[in-house]
Parts: sequence; C-alpha cells; structure tokens
Amino acid sequence: MPDDLFMSMLAILPLIVLAAWACVLLLIDLIIPADRKGWTAALAAIGLLVTLGVLLAGGWKHYPGFGGMIIADGFSVFVCSLLLLSGLAGIALAYDYLKRTELEHGEYYPLLLFAVLGMMLMSMAADLMVVFLALELLSIPLYILAGIGVPRLSSEEASLKYFLLGAFSSGFVVYGIALVYGAAGTTGFQAIADAITANTYDASLLLIGAALILVGLGFKVAVVPFHMWTPDVYHGAPSSVSAFMAVGAKAAGFAALLRFFVLVLPSLSADLTPVLWAISALTMILGNVVAIAQSNIKRLLAYSSIAHAGYILMALVPYGQGDVAAQSVASALFYLVAYAFTSFAAWAVVIAVERSGEQGTNLEDLAGLGHSHPGLAAVMAVAMLSFTGVPPTLGFFGKFYLFSTVIDGGFIGLALIGVLTSLVSAFYYLRVIVIMYMREGEPVVRREFWLYLTASAAAVGTVLLSIFSTPLLNWASQAVLLFS
Amino acid sequence: MAYLFHPLTLVTFLPLLGVLIILFLPPERKNIARWVALITSLATFGISIAVLAQFNPQDPDLQLVVNLPWIQVSTWSIAFHLGIDGLSILLVLLTTLLTPISILSTWTAIEERVKEFMIFFLLLEIGMIGVFLAQDLFLFYIFWEFTLIPMYFLIGMWGGSNRIYAAVKFFLYTMAGSVLMLLAIIWLGLNQGTFSMPELIAKDSVPAELQTWLFLAFAAAFAIKVPMWPLHSWLPDAHVEAPTAGSVILAGVLLKLGTYGFLRFNLQLFPAAAWQLAPWMAGLAVVGILYGAMVSYAQKDVKKLVAYSSVSHLGFVMLGLFALNSQGVQGGILQMVNHGLSTGALFLIVGMIYERRHTRDMDAFGGLWKVMPVYGVLTLIVALSSMGLPGLNGFVGEFAILLGAWGAGSPDGSLGSVWFAGLAAIGVILAAVYILLMFQKMFLGPVTKDENRNLADLNWREIGILVPLVILIFWIGLYPKPFFTLMGPAVDQLVAAIQSAAVTGIP
Repeated sequence: MPDDLFMSMLAILPLIVLAAWACVLLLIDLIIPADRKGWTAALAAIGLLVTLGVLLAGGWKHYPGFGGMIIADGFSVFVCSLLLLSGLAGIALAYDYLKRTELEHGEYYPLLLFAVLGMMLMSMAADLMVVFLALELLSIPLYILAGIGVPRLSSEEASLKYFLLGAFSSGFVVYGIALVYGAAGTTGFQAIADAITANTYDASLLLIGAALILVGLGFKVAVVPFHMWTPDVYHGAPSSVSAFMAVGAKAAGFAALLRFFVLVLPSLSADLTPVLWAISALTMILGNVVAIAQSNIKRLLAYSSIAHAGYILMALVPYGQGDVAAQSVASALFYLVAYAFTSFAAWAVVIAVERSGEQGTNLEDLAGLGHSHPGLAAVMAVAMLSFTGVPPTLGFFGKFYLFSTVIDGGFIGLALIGVLTSLVSAFYYLRVIVIMYMREGEPVVRREFWLYLTASAAAVGTVLLSIFSTPLLNWASQAVLLFS
Repeated sequence: MAYLFHPLTLVTFLPLLGVLIILFLPPERKNIARWVALITSLATFGISIAVLAQFNPQDPDLQLVVNLPWIQVSTWSIAFHLGIDGLSILLVLLTTLLTPISILSTWTAIEERVKEFMIFFLLLEIGMIGVFLAQDLFLFYIFWEFTLIPMYFLIGMWGGSNRIYAAVKFFLYTMAGSVLMLLAIIWLGLNQGTFSMPELIAKDSVPAELQTWLFLAFAAAFAIKVPMWPLHSWLPDAHVEAPTAGSVILAGVLLKLGTYGFLRFNLQLFPAAAWQLAPWMAGLAVVGILYGAMVSYAQKDVKKLVAYSSVSHLGFVMLGLFALNSQGVQGGILQMVNHGLSTGALFLIVGMIYERRHTRDMDAFGGLWKVMPVYGVLTLIVALSSMGLPGLNGFVGEFAILLGAWGAGSPDGSLGSVWFAGLAAIGVILAAVYILLMFQKMFLGPVTKDENRNLADLNWREIGILVPLVILIFWIGLYPKPFFTLMGPAVDQLVAAIQSAAVTGIP
C-alpha cells in the first residue's frame, strides 16, 4: 500500500536525510582543499543539525515502518536526539584537535555521520536483522575512526583490537539471531513476542539466542566480562573519537538492549534477570576498582565508562516487572543523558591538555590546572563530581532515578552495590580534582573556541539540567516502549 | 516571585549573590573579595535575625514554610520545601553567626587564592543553612551532600601539610554514610509515596520492624558526621589539617548537621526504632564522651586536643538527644549551640597563636599570660565554658543533658539510668583535667621560650571576632531561658510523639 510506504519513509526520514548528507559530504570533501578541512566539519555539523530538526519536527507520533521492522517512537526520538548531539560534540571536539595532532583527514566527518546513522537505526530497530545491520553500520566507521591516528602504533592497535573483538561480538549477535529464529521462526520483535504469547516457540533455544545477543551487545556497551577492549581502544584512539565512542556506541547499544528486552523478552525475565543482575554488579565493581589503579586519564575514563555501563544496566534488571519496566526505560535514558553530558565535559578537558603523540594524557599532566586555568579545571571538577554522583549534578540525579527504579523492583542488594561502588569511585574521581587543585604544575593547555564551547556547554548542562530536570525527566518517561 | 524574597529562601541563597560577585572579581583584588564575603555573610546574619523576629516560639510546628513543586514525574514528586521550627532555628542562627566570624578570622591568615576561598566558604554556608531548613528528604540530601564539596576544597587547598589525605578521608568517610542514607531515603519515598517530612511524620506508617533498618541507614550518615565513637577517625585529621576558619565551621556547624540529622530525621521519622535503640546510642555516646576526653588528655598538639574534645562534647549532645525526654533533648540542642560557640572560639584562639608562632605544640609555649594578657583572659573564659563551669554556657547544656539521662520526666524511665548519667559526669571531670592542663601549660608559669617573649597581643579585629562569642557564652550561662523558650514547644511535641510511639509501636 502506498500509505504504508509513505509511513515507512516518514519513520526513517531523519535517517534518509543523514545518509544522503553523509554520502554527498563524502563527495564534496574530495574538492575541499587539504588545508580547508574545517569546511567539511562545518558541513557535517550542519547535516547533524538539519537531521535533528527533521527528527524533532516529526514529533512524538508512533510510526511503525516496513512491516514493523522499524519503529519510530518517543523512545527513538529521545535516543536519536542524544546521538545527534553526541555527534555534534564529536565534531566540535575534533575540529582543532585533529589539526594540531596532524590527524586531519576529511573522511573523519562523513565517517562520524555514518556511525551516527548506524546508532540511530539501532535505536529504531524492531527486528533482529535491522539490529544487526545497524550494529555493523555503526561499528565499521568506528573501527576506521579508532585507527585514524595511523601511523601512531597505539591507534593502529586500538583499531585492530576494536575490529577483531567487534567482529567477534558481531558473530555472537548473528549466532544469537539465528538461534532466536530457530526458536520462534521469525526475527521481528512483534512476531517473536506473538510466538511467545501463543507458546509456539522453543524456550531453551530462545533463551540461548537471547543470551548470545546480550553477549554481543554487551561487547558494544562494554560490560564485564566483555569489556577487555575498552581501555586499550579508548586509550589508543584519538581522544575525540574515544569521547564520541564512549557516549554514542553505549547509547545505541543500550537502546537496542532496552527495546529487545522490554518488548520481547519479559517472559524470560526469570532466567535473564539474575544474569543481568550479576553482569551489572560485576561491571560496577570491576570498573570502579580497576579505575583506581590508572595513572593515565584516558584509561581512567575508559574504566569509568565501563563502570557507568554497569549502572545503566542496573535499570534493565527489573525489566520484566510490568509496572517498573516503564521506569526502567526512563531512568536508563535519563542516565544516558547524564553520562553523555558528563563524559563530554571530561573528555573536552582531556583533549585540551593533550599534546601530539599522546603526550599530556597522564593524570600528572593536569597538575596545577586549577590555578592556571580555573575555568577548565572547574569543568573537570564538575564532571568528576557528576561521575561520582554528588549533587547538584546530573550524575547524582541519574543515579537517584536508577537506584529508585532498582529499589522499586525490589533489588535492594544491587542498589547497595551501586552506592558502595559509587563510594569507591569517589576515590579516583577525587584524585583528579586533587591533582588539578592541590598539586603544583604548569599544564600546557590549548585555547580553542569549539573545544571550550563544548566543555562549558557540557558542564553548565550537567549542573543546570539537574536543577531543572523536570522536562528532561518527563521526556524520558514518555519514551515508553510499546508495539503500537 | 514572592517566594524569592521569602525570608527562608533569602537566608539560604543570599550567599549565592556574594559568590556571583566574587566570581567576576579579578584574582588580585583580594580585599574586595574579603569584603564582599564579609558583607554578604553579615547580611545573611541580618536576615536570620529577621527570621527570628518573625518566629513564633509558642508554635511547635514548622513556620515560614516555602513549598514549591520542583521535580514532578508520574510516580513521585520532589518539592522545594523549606521551613523552620524550634529544633532548627538556633542552629540556623549559629551558622549565620559563625560564618562572618570565620570569614573575619581569615583576613590575614588566608593570602593565597582568596577569591576561591571566599567562594567555597559562602557555598558552604548555603549548604549548611539548606540542611537545617529543608523539609523534603530529597532536597535535604542535596544540601547535605553539597556541603561536602566546599569543605573538601577548603581542607584540600588551604589546609596544613597533610591536607590532601585529610580532605579525601573526610570526603570518603562522609560519603560512605550518606549513600546508605540515600538508599533509605529512596526506599521511604517509594514506599510512603512522598519525600515531604511533615507528610511522612503525619502518616507515621513505617512498620516497626523496618524502622530499625531505616533508622540504622540514616544513623550511618549522621553518626559519621557527628562523629560518634567509633566512626570518629576522620575528625582529628580533618580538624588538624583544615585552615582555622574551616575548623571553626567544621566544629561549629558541620558536626551539628549530624546531631541535627538524628534529631530531625531519626527521632521524628522512626520514633519506635529510636526508642528501642536509644540505650545503644546512649551507650556509644557515653563511650565517646570518655574516649574523647581521655584521648584529648594525651595530645601535645593543642588543635588536636580541641578536635578530640569535640568527640567528647558531641557525645554529650547525643546522650541528651537519646535520653528522649524533654530535658535531655533541650539540653542536647542547647549543647549543640554551646559547642559551636566554645569550640569555635577555641579553634579561633588556636589559629591566632598559630599565626604568630607557626606551631601548635603545647610544649612550645608557657607563660603566655604575661606576654598576651588579653589573649589569656579570653582563652580562659572560653576554656572554662568548654569544660562546663557553672555560670557559663557549657554548664547549662551539660546539666540539662545529665538530668535527662538520669531519667527525669520519662514515663517509665526506660533509658533513664544512673549509669549513663554517672559515667557521663566522669567525662565532665576529665574535661576539666585536659582543659586546665592545656591552659596551665600554655599560659601559666614563667615564659620558658625566648620566641614567646615578644608576641603581640590580640589586635582589634581578633578581639572583635571573639567578643560576640564570649557575650553569648555568658548570656547562655547566666540566662538561658530565651533559648529554651525558642525550642521548648517543638521539643515537647517531638518527645510526646516518641513516647506515644514507644507505647504503641513496640510489639
């Protein structure tokens, strides 16, 4: 029916715009002279803004597309907005950084757009095949971006490691999809759910398939024990890429997990909830404890991002309890926003003190920042306090909503692990503040407009959005997951 | 807009105005930053006096309430809810009084990064006043945690040689307790459907068997802050390393956040559990009194001595609160104020001599009375007040507490026992020992060290910051009635609620 096609097109309209823009940008970049790659960056940023406009103009309506393979709804709009903003931050952070580290290649920006495209698709996917497609679409550009620092060895290593483990995890996802198909005879979320309701499925196959998908996506969002690649990749990749990856890939991965689990698998919660519980607890504990031992700020942020994946996963634990599930989704989304703002603030400061050839990424390189660059140090301090979860920052509000979801679901033990590991995390986050404010030093800092803008916007957002968090929270709680 | 100029909103957030002004000052204009901070904090004090003028002491309930919806979602809502009553008004006044005094004490002591210092100090004031006024659990928690940040920076950036260790230890200890309280707050909010204190108290529907757990979770946060023995080990480090003004506020107000927390939250929300656990809390309090006193006696560093004496004095406060009768609780509240005045003054006094001699070792002094007579007289008054000499403030508070602990006024005298009161009374004697010993070593006898011969006596600024405290020390000591009047009705209502819960709540 033409009506159906029209609806489908409307549902993916932002994706079409972004895809077209990225392809055209790839061509335009060829005629942009090598010393003017800033134009590519500007065009890419405009593309993201246009897409954001199209996305928000689409409103809140619920558009299923392509026979239910794709759903555009409040949830996807929320996640896509976050992803587009992350893309913008990824460009702003890269703009001067790539120039000064002599990594400026025009393809950086189109690749970033493609990655955002894949992430957005992931948040809309309502069919396992689309999930896989989106997974590859977001991963492949990220493999290249991680390695864009060639011939720097660590960047090559990061790229290769990310690629090998990423391919491995894709294998898990595909195998999981195959098993789910074997169990239910379909890959569509709706159809699988129907098969479960009608009891025409193979329970054990479905469980194994779902577990394998969890493993595969667990790699992407970096939860223990699938986190091994994270520190090396975040450390080796150019910092602007790490920042973008730490937020975007995580948001997309969790979006897919949330949709798949909440919509399709509530009936398996008796088996899956303990698994999620254990992964979440392990991730929080390991991420936070190992972060203590780090002396490199990029590795510290990598372990911190692992730990935060554990916190977000916490929201998923009570996913099977109908009345808490909506809150699960809302608190996970809210925490993703909190994590995004805080991360970009922190990474912006890291990029500001980083020099070429990986110089300036040790914790000690931040010494004296509080004295010489009070503004930048304040941004980092806000980020560290927000990561710790101290009010008045988004990190605190995010944790508050997470813990209240988990406690509502009856998992007080997990909430206890959550708060205790936050306490552990205070130790290393405070160390960053100690080094900035209480040690003498002469940090070498770049003053770059877009970098400073990102840093201050992220830090101001971290504080102000927490004090005036009602709209954001309402937005997140409207993003419920439903089939129709 | 009306709420913006509400006295309680003003008294909480006026310091923010000072923060904003100082933020935009150039760093080298140190004096302007100092004056802005001083004037802002004095203005805040003025507003708190206006609050006092509007306060009706006959009314046991919350007054001057501000209640605005803040964060609302489908399942729960959080309000910007401030209010003041007899339990908190004295502590608010103490905070607004000690802040300008502390700022004035830094006039020559803080020369580095004055701007940042003043900003953190004013932020700290916001947090502390917010804790005393907040009537929504969530809002309270935000203020409570927020006080950590400025204090952490004050210790870590302007402290002594071991400041980083002390600052981190302070932060981690306090946060360790707070996170447990956070879980309890969330649980309460979800289970009772509200974070509002008056509503929670009115409902009074927390099952008795859960009250114990919630009580303990809240107590974890407060007991560390007080600090109660055996959770006190952060305190000597923080006190010794903190700059003088930081120590004054730490001892004067921050520790009271803990005791106030017990009073406001543990006693009001979980009366049955409070009744059941009172002997344990009182027991720990008595151990703290004796332990703090004995460890004080062993100190050579006079600042450490004062720090450990806080453990002992706060033990008295806790003993008074958990006597759960009118005398005890009133004495406890008054003793919070007394401790803020006396120990605050003692830290100021220690800071003054440290500025002159750059040492706090008691053996480095001797015969100061002859060199610095004004200093000697003021120290003597404050020291005697701290050890509870009749006629000065400490005596009134301790006497009421001991009376309460003895059991006067309890219906069945369940806590009232000669043992608690008797052992605590030994603490009073020990206090006399360590304080007089300190005074004797430093002030009496001949001048033993040549460096001390030419020390300048106090200047007008230094006298000026001690005099208001000394006046209050005498006032409370000689005529405490106005202070008891302020808190009386609120305390009576609280005690009545606990005793009725004690009758009905225990299976």
